[in-house]
Amino acid sequence: MSVISIWQRIVRQRYLYYMSVPFVIFVFVFSYMPLWGWTMAFQQFRVGKSFFDQKWVGFDNFRMLFQDDQFFNALRNTLAMSFMGLIASFTIPILFAVLLNEVRISFLKRFVQTVSYLPHFVSWVVVAGIVTKMLSAENGVVNQILVGLHLIHEPIQFMAKENLFWYLVTSADIWKETGWNAIIYLAAIAGIGPELYEAARVDGASRLKQIWHITLPGIRSTIIILLIMSIGHLISIGFEKQFLLGNSLVKEKSEVLDLYALNYGLGMGRYSFGTAINIFNSVVSLILLFVANGIFKKITKESIM
Amino acid sequence: MKVRISLTDRLFDVIVYLVISLVAVCTLYPFLNVLAISLNDSTDTVRGGITVFPRHLTFDNYSLIFSFAGLLTGLKISVLRTLAGTVLGLISSSMLAYVLSRAEFDGRKFLSLFLALTMYVSGGLIPFYLLMRDMHLIGTFWVYVLPGLVSAFNVFIIRSFIDGLPYALQESAKLDGANDFTIYWRVILPLLLPALATVALFLAVGQWNSWFDTYLYNGSKEHLTTLQFELMKVLQSTQVGSSGQEVNGTNMNQVMNRISPESVKMAITIIVTVPILLVYPFLQRYFVTGMTLGAVKS
Repeated sequence: MSVISIWQRIVRQRYLYYMSVPFVIFVFVFSYMPLWGWTMAFQQFRVGKSFFDQKWVGFDNFRMLFQDDQFFNALRNTLAMSFMGLIASFTIPILFAVLLNEVRISFLKRFVQTVSYLPHFVSWVVVAGIVTKMLSAENGVVNQILVGLHLIHEPIQFMAKENLFWYLVTSADIWKETGWNAIIYLAAIAGIGPELYEAARVDGASRLKQIWHITLPGIRSTIIILLIMSIGHLISIGFEKQFLLGNSLVKEKSEVLDLYALNYGLGMGRYSFGTAINIFNSVVSLILLFVANGIFKKITKESIM
Repeated sequence: MKVRISLTDRLFDVIVYLVISLVAVCTLYPFLNVLAISLNDSTDTVRGGITVFPRHLTFDNYSLIFSFAGLLTGLKISVLRTLAGTVLGLISSSMLAYVLSRAEFDGRKFLSLFLALTMYVSGGLIPFYLLMRDMHLIGTFWVYVLPGLVSAFNVFIIRSFIDGLPYALQESAKLDGANDFTIYWRVILPLLLPALATVALFLAVGQWNSWFDTYLYNGSKEHLTTLQFELMKVLQSTQVGSSGQEVNGTNMNQVMNRISPESVKMAITIIVTVPILLVYPFLQRYFVTGMTLGAVKS
């Protein structure tokens, strides 16, 4: 193709360029430019100096990172909460969708479904407030029930128990997202042909057997796609929940890599050190993504990459 | 044999209804409890025992929080950022989605990959913070709106919806001599309403619920505070108080002076939650199909 014909094509498609180039610039600035900031991790970054005047220090920041006990603590917390969240968000919504599908009263089914979306739309600030309230040792409903059933003698200070923190975050996550995560499974179940159930019923299969042999195989590929996608999102486990639900008493178990970067990088002005943490975080997540995808490819012959 | 099967099935039914009801109760009870406490007299609340009905019905907590200056500013900024973020986000994602749907567009492959990568790669908190500072966005309103203007996920949701529309519509408009912008504006956009409703909900909820950007960029700027940030401050200020040490009778007054009473906190929680509650059930039909389409295509 000659230069002229390329130019002609561009002119012919000019409106498509007008409509996309401004946004491409936006995406470049806000999503790709920060990647350039990764160079900071290899410098002794000083605010106010130009890029060329910075002092380059090689891997010194990473060496410092790997000598810090706090770092390994944060890494352990991040991995633990990521995997617990992944397992919970993968199993429980499927269970919920399958059970909800068995509800025959359509009013009840729709009502419960609508209700189950509610927490997804509420901010983590509100959810953290609600969780703190429900688990409170004074008048918290969870403690009241546990004491009422004589399972415990006196209220437990849930929010102050270090060893419960991972479970606390995972439970809050389940409460918030189960209904939302079930949407796609419910749609997939609705797509299974009713004649399959009809045939099974004629053969005398119990409801449980129908779930096992028809419903679950029917949504198998949906499950696999969503699982791989959620592994891809391990990269963004976030720190909102840990920030909002944590307190100084549970810090050992609540500090994730992002919070560690926030406290030690931004809070203390150690930008290079903080960026090294961010980079390590991204690299670990990418490795997880590739490993998970590789395993699934072997098992299922399906892949997202 | 027949009888045994229907027996296990009946047992199964009982379990299903029990579990489903339990889920509904666990989801709804906290909200009803918060609502009841927010409507209860704040000194009476301290006695505890409020479940889903207020014991001493009063609207004092609400009138009290609306006398806080921070809350009114927060309300204003939250509404503004929700409006700006939603409108700008809708324009950007629908335009990009339209461009991506044009098979003849040369930049299509590049654009698609360029957007998709942003869903998996991120520079991280600190480089982003420094970028915001270098662009002088810190301490401004626009730091709430501009960084999230283009969301790849929303673009792909709308795009898969456009792909489902009959292509002949666009072709006939093109033959009539309409340019791409006119086709987008006059032909496609009106048909996109269900997809736009979904994306608008996502954008609006995301904007309304944000608090961390306020904390990070504008934490000391009182005129740019948001409702979620104000709520966060109120709730966090008593975190250790409510979890670390017991509040007992002798220092109750002291505690009451230092922290915001329970009922007032719950009233702010309700104010923050109610707008979402009013909107999402009506958009349910749209976001269910939107989510399903988006997941299947991407």
